[in-house]
Amino acid sequence: MGKLIRFLPLILVIALGVVLYRGLSLNPQDMPSALVGKTMPAFELQTLNNSDKVVTKADLLGDIVLINVWATWCPTCKYEHPYLVDVAKDAQVKLYGLNYKDERVAAQQWLQHYEDPYVFSIFDDEGTLGLDLGVYGAPETFVIDHHGIIRKRFAGAIDTRVWRREFEPLIAQLIEEKKQGK
Amino acid sequence: MRIISILILALVFALSSNQVSASPVDTYEFQDEVTKIRFQALSKELRCPKCQNQNLADSNSPIAADLRRELYELLQQGKADIEIVNFMVDRYGEFVLYRPRVSQLTYVLWFGPAVLILFGIIIVIVIVRRKPVPKEDLVLSKAQQDKLNSLTKDK
Repeated sequence: MGKLIRFLPLILVIALGVVLYRGLSLNPQDMPSALVGKTMPAFELQTLNNSDKVVTKADLLGDIVLINVWATWCPTCKYEHPYLVDVAKDAQVKLYGLNYKDERVAAQQWLQHYEDPYVFSIFDDEGTLGLDLGVYGAPETFVIDHHGIIRKRFAGAIDTRVWRREFEPLIAQLIEEKKQGK
Repeated sequence: MRIISILILALVFALSSNQVSASPVDTYEFQDEVTKIRFQALSKELRCPKCQNQNLADSNSPIAADLRRELYELLQQGKADIEIVNFMVDRYGEFVLYRPRVSQLTYVLWFGPAVLILFGIIIVIVIVRRKPVPKEDLVLSKAQQDKLNSLTKDK
């Protein structure tokens, strides 16, 4: 017992070292969204391509929905874009854009110049819907189930690896839930 | 004397330049002084979600500017502090609070230091009380007493 106590400080220091070392490899930007499990916030905004057309929450619901927050001022969005074009080909999910704090003309040109993967893009130049979704940058992608519940928020670029790891399992689960009529 | 006055001058200068920080400037106007103070207090309490080690008052990032505007508008609408804090937490999570609320998740954070201090005090008390010096050891034997007397008496 006496000998064990002598080693106690060493054991404590090693334990502390392990905890702190682990902390080095954690990503401090990786925060869970406060909105996971809550319903999609209501909104009433124009679409990017047509300022006469006003869309609301009701226009999104019913399917498994991805909402991708993007902007022309965001270089990572450009990196992500070709993968989104791929994702849009998947008939089981519907991909909508949320054009966040952007200029309409520049954003329209972006979609003409590259390819428009979105069913439509919501034009949120003041960032009001972004605020209600807890967006603090771009790109971010939200997964919303067929009941309109936010199931996931992902901050950062989507590519093949991220898609397989973060999105595929959840979407498979949501498709299953929808089939079972939950 | 001259050196002292130079030193004092330097100190005053250092202290006053400390007040000038590179905080972003907003031009919000408040209807009264209380609202202004509440705005300043809340923007120091709330953390910027993007630049994580700065509060809303410090940060230059666009999201911090947006949140300051939102904060201003909520104050103009006459919302209470707790409502404003809840508004932010609902959207950005507990993370936006520099002073986390007391909950099951933060018990360790809030009460850990007090528990550790208590623990330390108990250990100190136990160690101090464990070995009381036996009284008979404090009494000098006859020979020792004689020697002490002879040593102290002469001079």
